Amino acid sequence: MSDIRDNRFYSEEHEWALPTEGQIIRIGITDYAQCQLGDIVFVELPEVGSSVTAGDSVGSIESVKTVSELYTPVSGTVVRVNDKLIDAPEAVNSDPYEDGWMLEVEVDGSVEEEIGKLLTPDRYRTVTD
Amino acid sequence: MSQLQRTPLFPFYQKEGGPAARCIDFGGWELPVQFYGIGREHDAVRMKAGLFDVSHMGEFEVSGPQAESFVQQMTTNDVSRLAAGQAQYTLMCYPDGGVVDDLLVYKRSAEHFMLVVNASNIAKDFAWLNVRLPKGAELRDRSETTALLALQGPLSESILSRLADADLAALLPFHFLDGVEVCGKKALVSRTGYTGEDGFEIYCGAADAPHLWEQLLTAGEPDGLIPAGLGARDTLRFEARLPLYGQELSDTISPLEAGLGMFVKLDKGDFIGRDALAEQKTKGLKRKLVGIEMIDRGIPRAHYTVHANDRQIGEVTTGTQSPTLKRNLGLALLDIAHTGLHSEVWVDVRGKMLRAEVVSTPFYKRSKPADKGEKPG
Repeated sequence: MSDIRDNRFYSEEHEWALPTEGQIIRIGITDYAQCQLGDIVFVELPEVGSSVTAGDSVGSIESVKTVSELYTPVSGTVVRVNDKLIDAPEAVNSDPYEDGWMLEVEVDGSVEEEIGKLLTPDRYRTVTD
Repeated sequence: MSQLQRTPLFPFYQKEGGPAARCIDFGGWELPVQFYGIGREHDAVRMKAGLFDVSHMGEFEVSGPQAESFVQQMTTNDVSRLAAGQAQYTLMCYPDGGVVDDLLVYKRSAEHFMLVVNASNIAKDFAWLNVRLPKGAELRDRSETTALLALQGPLSESILSRLADADLAALLPFHFLDGVEVCGKKALVSRTGYTGEDGFEIYCGAADAPHLWEQLLTAGEPDGLIPAGLGARDTLRFEARLPLYGQELSDTISPLEAGLGMFVKLDKGDFIGRDALAEQKTKGLKRKLVGIEMIDRGIPRAHYTVHANDRQIGEVTTGTQSPTLKRNLGLALLDIAHTGLHSEVWVDVRGKMLRAEVVSTPFYKRSKPADKGEKPG
């Protein structure tokens, strides 16, 4: 059973989104996703300041075996990325919801509106079952 | 849709309480890509030991008075150099020098050979051999009834010695013992492998494989032995520069281009592909397989194109981040002009041109160079 946090919202592509403060939403990949990928050895993140639209590929996550795209589940401007993942990509495996977070996006519209398009934890559970 | 084939060990991959094997479709076979994670399994083989189920590999028997001359005609290495109880790495080529398959030839006796071929090529290889079979040689496909376990890593000898009624310490690389009793089951045990480490390959009856698998894992557990999947098998063979058919070798890549010239004995007499390979050698190769290392941040992957002077000079055949060395490495088939050590090349990583350089191979060589048992392919 993979870990699905109740305080987050989810995408079909296995990203999570967590409103932090103001217009900012933090994004990462789920426990289910990291488990499917296996040992993650490389993370490529977008540039701070870049403007992104929900569903865009904004980076890549590489395991020993495969490359997968990182999609942003929300639209806005990238305001921070988790630079620690450059040297310690394994944090995505060990702690996908905390230390393994990937980027923060400042949304243009309301946080509620962006989040409203995503899956609730219960809905996401049905995706991973 | 055809059903995926399974090895006799498949029930273990589903077993409650065991490690969660993740199975994938590997050329029509449902096989475990990993049990505990590729990194952990890779490290176990480099430092202790790992057990692989490679029962999907094909085993053919060639027997009869013409068996040796037939194998000699079909393969690039010199089978006449083998004594009974020895094995060799070799290749089968097309007349144009492209590769049908790479394989191991075991000489069991003067008129009895075993050919071990890649799973994905079993049908093709069998047909290729069968239509060329002379009078006085018989060919049998034993793949269905033969299982193969590979015990690999520096502690393999000590683990297997406790379970086998044979002096394995005295078994040299590329030698084998027939009819060894391992955990009460008859097996053929060879000092070979595909990981760059010391190790053994254990051929047994399909029905005996589950017993051996369980007994080996139990006996080796105190030594740190764990089951390992195809993912680790691939990273291990890659670091040791052992080629994989379909990537470093194919019907359009010759053994010479793949850097396997030492397994092509042009002076042994005629064999299929000889003329084309001799000509390649005389005229000089146009392209060659080399190691590359990324200078820019990125990981090369199979089929990424490689460039220099604004033109494509080849492509990556295998690439990953080396689990042992933590370097972003690839094998690449490149135009000969760009294969010198430290040549600067550019890899198209999903649309971005990233800088890399040609480096020496193998990327990894084990520190005790006793040269025990690896087969390049």
